Amino acid sequence: MNLDVPISWYLLLSALLFSLGVVGFLIKRNLITIFMSIELMLNAVNLSFVAFASQWHEVKGQIFVFFVMVVAAAEAAVGLAIIIAVFRARATLAVDRIDRMKL
Amino acid sequence: MNGLLWLIPLLPLAGFLLNGILGRRLSNLLVTTIALAASLGSFVTVLLCANGFSGGKLATLPLTAVAPQPWIALGALHVDFALVLDQLSLTMLLVVTGVGFLIHIYSVGYMHGDSGYARYFSYLNLFLFFMTTLVLAGNILVMFVGWEGVGLASYLLIGFWFQRKSAADAGKKAFLVNRVGDFGFLIGIFLLLANFGTLGFSEISAKLAASPAQSPILTGGVLTAICICLLIGAAGKSAQLPLYIWLPDAMEGPTPVSALIHAATMVTAGVYMIARTHFLFDRAPVALAAVAIVGAATAIFAATIGLAQNDIKRVLAYSTISQLGYMFLACGVAAYSAAIFHLVTHAFFKALLFLAAGSVIHSLGGEQDMRKMGGLWKKIPVTFWTMTIAVFTIAGFPPLAAFFSKDAILYAAFVQGPGGKLLWFVGLVTALLTSLYMFRLWYMTFLGKARSPEVHPHESPWTMLAPLIVLALLSIGGGWIGIERFTAFLTPVVGAHQQASASPHLELILSGAAVAVALLGWLIAHLFYCESSSRPAQLAAALPTGYKLLANKYFVDEIYGAAIVRPLLAISKYFLGWVVDFAILGGAAWLLAGIANFAGMILQRWQSGNLRSYAAWLAAAAAALLLFVLLAGWPQSLNLSLLHAEPFYNITVLHFGARP
Repeated sequence: MNLDVPISWYLLLSALLFSLGVVGFLIKRNLITIFMSIELMLNAVNLSFVAFASQWHEVKGQIFVFFVMVVAAAEAAVGLAIIIAVFRARATLAVDRIDRMKL
Repeated sequence: MNGLLWLIPLLPLAGFLLNGILGRRLSNLLVTTIALAASLGSFVTVLLCANGFSGGKLATLPLTAVAPQPWIALGALHVDFALVLDQLSLTMLLVVTGVGFLIHIYSVGYMHGDSGYARYFSYLNLFLFFMTTLVLAGNILVMFVGWEGVGLASYLLIGFWFQRKSAADAGKKAFLVNRVGDFGFLIGIFLLLANFGTLGFSEISAKLAASPAQSPILTGGVLTAICICLLIGAAGKSAQLPLYIWLPDAMEGPTPVSALIHAATMVTAGVYMIARTHFLFDRAPVALAAVAIVGAATAIFAATIGLAQNDIKRVLAYSTISQLGYMFLACGVAAYSAAIFHLVTHAFFKALLFLAAGSVIHSLGGEQDMRKMGGLWKKIPVTFWTMTIAVFTIAGFPPLAAFFSKDAILYAAFVQGPGGKLLWFVGLVTALLTSLYMFRLWYMTFLGKARSPEVHPHESPWTMLAPLIVLALLSIGGGWIGIERFTAFLTPVVGAHQQASASPHLELILSGAAVAVALLGWLIAHLFYCESSSRPAQLAAALPTGYKLLANKYFVDEIYGAAIVRPLLAISKYFLGWVVDFAILGGAAWLLAGIANFAGMILQRWQSGNLRSYAAWLAAAAAALLLFVLLAGWPQSLNLSLLHAEPFYNITVLHFGARP
């Protein structure tokens, strides 16, 4: 495989995406936006996995990506269900106001 | 035959378990049946053993029964749960189970209608279990089990009416005072183990006999130390000076219990233990002299207190202490068979005295103060006549049982040399005092005029009178076997110590002296107490100090209270309670709790419940870790070379084919 693009570019992009995810997680109040930030971080990590796999001619990294995707899909299902339940119970999705275990 | 031995303790144990667990739900009739069957079964088993022995199978004694599994096997220490039936334990067992059975019958009448009926009989059976274990023990550790067990049963029965504070206190007092003695006993056991390496009576005896005369065990004073420790134990259980104080208070228990445990059987365990370990005492003359001195001192000390008591049971309690002193005196002059002989006759007449006193108390509806009795002889004739027999027996009139046994002890003391003469004299004075206080009790209770006309005494039921009659017959005839034949019977166990009879004249003179002092005591009691005369009051007024001293039991309880109990309580309260418990232990606990509390107060700020703050902390920590690794490099201790290890590498390469 011909590596026209050096791996550092991939990693830089991955780090950028990950940082965006972290910042989004920290500054956004809406639960759904936070959830999307998590997905962004996961996919940033996926990108670095794939880049390394391609660099080292290792299939391990790509297999890892599949695992991450499966987990992310499951997480999305459970997480959205929880978000709906939270919204029904509290009529809000602002995390700052969801700070008690008990109502 | 050997297997039968197990039945003797196990039957009462079964009775205890049945009545103790199910007794509340069973009818009183069934409870009675179980308790009586257990004690009777035990008694019959003893009789069977005795019969097998007397039927010409002399060689079969001692019988032993050893549990198939060793009880304790720890390195060199090997202790079996062993029972031994020999002449000594057979004699003791006949008394324990025989008198025990009679008192079970008596209790049926005495405890009739008590709310704790089943509990009472289960405790009584428990006592029989432990007492037979004590008597049958083949080694000193099994004996100790029985020893502690009878202490427990005694505690439970003294405090039987625990709703009454005085009874609960008396139980505690008995238990605590006995602990002092048991501590000595325990030290004695440890010393025996350290010096002989075994705890079996026959093994120790054999080792002692085999050791040469110059061996350190015999010359180093070890034996004396062991014997003194055992004596402390015996003095605690048998209520000797200075540990006798629990027995008078033990009269708070039901009267049949006083008869069985605190007169006839348990309190004689100390005498039995000394006779059982006589091979040690024989070689420790200092300890033996201590036994004799303790016995003689207790005998006369308790007898003087008995003179001035007004509670009928307390008079008998001090009388018991005094008679136990006689037995110790006999042990101290190595007349073990005389001691056991007196133990047997004492069991008969003292059980009778207590049961008759119980019958008097029962007939008066619980009155124990002799000053309120009097003139009872017409109202309760059976009790009166059996009590009369008991009084004449304990005073030592021939041909009643105690005449023979007391005579044997006094004679054995007299022929011991100059020290023995003194012991004999103390014994003789005690005999005078015994006669005096017993006839005082007799006159005050039964004769003269009724002093409180409002009571209407009634004779007790036949379940109470039948044991009285049987015990009266035993008190009359129990001594007719004679000390010579009894000594010959016991010699295989306790050895031959008695010197050959010096002269028949001496024996006659000594017997005559004993009977004379008994008559003298009767005469004095007659002069003072026959009619309600004012002579006792005059005497008390003439000797105010002496009377006060006797009536208050020499203030021994008060002295112990000031010298031991009060300081102990003070140390417990101020030093242990405040300094150790409150300041040190409590302080340490509070310090730890305070640290945790303080840390929690600070750390709980992190638990804000705000999702974004958690995420921020997480991100900050991850960044910090990353920064650390970047600046300081990967820590050497966290070696990840495992990932490059050959097996892992092979698997990935084989499966996925690619290779960098």
